[in-house]
Amino acid sequence: MKKIISVTYLIFLLSLGNYNVSAAEKTDLIKINWSFNGLFGKFDRGSLQRGYQVYSEVCAACHSMKYLSYRNLSEKGGPEFSVEQAKAIAASFEITDGPNADGEMFTRPGKLSDKFLMPYENDKAAQAANGGAYPPDMSVLVKARGGGANYIYSLLLGYEDPPSGMTLDDGVYYNKYMYGNQIKMAAPLSEGLIEYGDGTEASIEQMSKDVTTFLMWAAEPHLEARHRLGFKAIVYLIILTALVYFSMKKIWSRVETEV
Amino acid sequence: MSDHDYQPSSKLGKWFNDRLPLLTLSNHLKEYPTPKNLNYWWTFGGILTFCLITQIVTGLTLAMHYIADSDLAFSSVEHIMRDVNYGWLIRYVHANGASMFFLAVYIHIFRSLYYGSYKSPREVIWIIGMIIYFLMMATAFMGYVLPWGQMSFWGATVITNLFSAIPFVGEGIVAWLWGGFAVDNPTLTRFYALHYLLPFLILGLVVLHIWALHVPGNNNPIGIDIKKPSKDTVPFHPYIVIKDGFALLMFMIVFAFFVFYSPNILGHADNYIEANPMVTPAHIVPEWYLLPFYAILRSVPDKLFGVIAMFAAIFVLVILPWLDTSKIRSAVFRPLYKQFYWILVIDVLILGYVGAMPAEGIYLLVARVATAYYFIHFLIVLPILGYKEKTIPVPLSITEPVLGGSPNLGIIKNKESLN
Repeated sequence: MKKIISVTYLIFLLSLGNYNVSAAEKTDLIKINWSFNGLFGKFDRGSLQRGYQVYSEVCAACHSMKYLSYRNLSEKGGPEFSVEQAKAIAASFEITDGPNADGEMFTRPGKLSDKFLMPYENDKAAQAANGGAYPPDMSVLVKARGGGANYIYSLLLGYEDPPSGMTLDDGVYYNKYMYGNQIKMAAPLSEGLIEYGDGTEASIEQMSKDVTTFLMWAAEPHLEARHRLGFKAIVYLIILTALVYFSMKKIWSRVETEV
Repeated sequence: MSDHDYQPSSKLGKWFNDRLPLLTLSNHLKEYPTPKNLNYWWTFGGILTFCLITQIVTGLTLAMHYIADSDLAFSSVEHIMRDVNYGWLIRYVHANGASMFFLAVYIHIFRSLYYGSYKSPREVIWIIGMIIYFLMMATAFMGYVLPWGQMSFWGATVITNLFSAIPFVGEGIVAWLWGGFAVDNPTLTRFYALHYLLPFLILGLVVLHIWALHVPGNNNPIGIDIKKPSKDTVPFHPYIVIKDGFALLMFMIVFAFFVFYSPNILGHADNYIEANPMVTPAHIVPEWYLLPFYAILRSVPDKLFGVIAMFAAIFVLVILPWLDTSKIRSAVFRPLYKQFYWILVIDVLILGYVGAMPAEGIYLLVARVATAYYFIHFLIVLPILGYKEKTIPVPLSITEPVLGGSPNLGIIKNKESLN
């Protein structure tokens, strides 16, 4: 029995290895002990709220987050702003709606049910404003990059002067964690760039950590529910497996063969 | 007990059974004499049935929310993940379920290879199994296209382009598959239709697979023909049902760990980027379960012969019952075959590994050697081994090595402890 488990496990590890190797080509990422990792991993509520602040004051100038709605900000397992706060956040955006009865488009303050306002009209406008580079949508960005949260965090801290002998084009920056080391986004964070509402010191590390946590939540809004349910499901399965094991032993004791 | 002797106890049951013998069938399934020495490698048939049903049920639920349209597919998947009640759970079970399905099917196939379950009189079971396996790969491939991420799009482009290698008609066939001049909306909608259809074909073939199994009965770890029913057998219920149930629960624990704690580890990050025909990913890799075949495809320099080699890799499995000339089924009594068996296992794992690597330098060389060995194993080693190998004498019955003072006692005990 033990053999079966170990062999099965080995096959898993081997199959996982295929994917891990491709990540190892790049520079080793900075690894953080994220609060959302592990069996009981949860988001740090304060970090999520600060992360939203970094996103809305810095990232949102160029990066859309089109699959999120303002209502998500007050939902359980997220930043958990109060409904009033989320309403106020939504209302601070001008949303184009319509057409009205006269066939005209009009603008109105945002509502909880609105999706996050996009910074550009369309992809082409986004590219035109950013020197041809398209700032990727951030809704599932953490899941769309090998290395996940560690990669995003490392990238934000990975801006350096290029090594001597390397010349960069205009509008291209050196980042040691970027594929090919060249990135078209200028270092987005600087010391004290924003003033946190809760008085936390806005160091680059702090802002990077907060915004990465926020992006992780944006990509996996049900992560906490998943971890909670997963623990219950696995405990249930283990107990049931034990019961079935003893029943099996009892039943098979009627024949002389071992199971 | 013979199936024909069965009589339902109630009058109503008898009336119904005379008209449609469903009760005879259920009695047959219950009483089905099964070798009592089956080890845990034999539990994967039941596990696979569970996997298929899980995929059909979760897939049906996903189909209620998914939109097969190149502009909407990606966002409909995000809608499932965010706004559908437990949509994240259903989708992660379905996506990881595919991997679990293949994990189980590979164990099931390699169990058959080890114990010679494909040999006479079980060739038809084996061939139906291979057709199921082939349909599974087609279904999984088309399913991976549906979220319309970068790997979906480019994987579909690479695989469908394989058909362009066919001389004269290749280009026409590819355009026909695509429904246009590139992978686009018509490709997505037809893949969706086929992805919905094929699992039901698989289900039908599974019924045939089990039917064909119930004619000769199960093979067993010592690979001998047994009398049924006899001291060597136990009725399927409750003995095998409870054992399969126990193994299934163990399997479900592993499954649950993937679903709840690392649901994306078996997928590729690029598939969370919406498909973009203008941007090609750095490495296009299929899902892990297709990697050995992908390695074989790429190890041949010529495109047409690469495609032929890839399909031949599956076809040699189909004709395996006639390639293996040994009359002895179980590797327990075939000392040389056992060694070649493990070399084949390692060879396939190596193929899987190099399939995930770029096809250049040392990886390409290793892929070529491993591909060559794969075919050598089936086309040269197995036919010759049947004539040359000195096998260990097999016992006459399952009970013999346990009860009697057989000279094989020690060997069998040792071999079985392996499992």
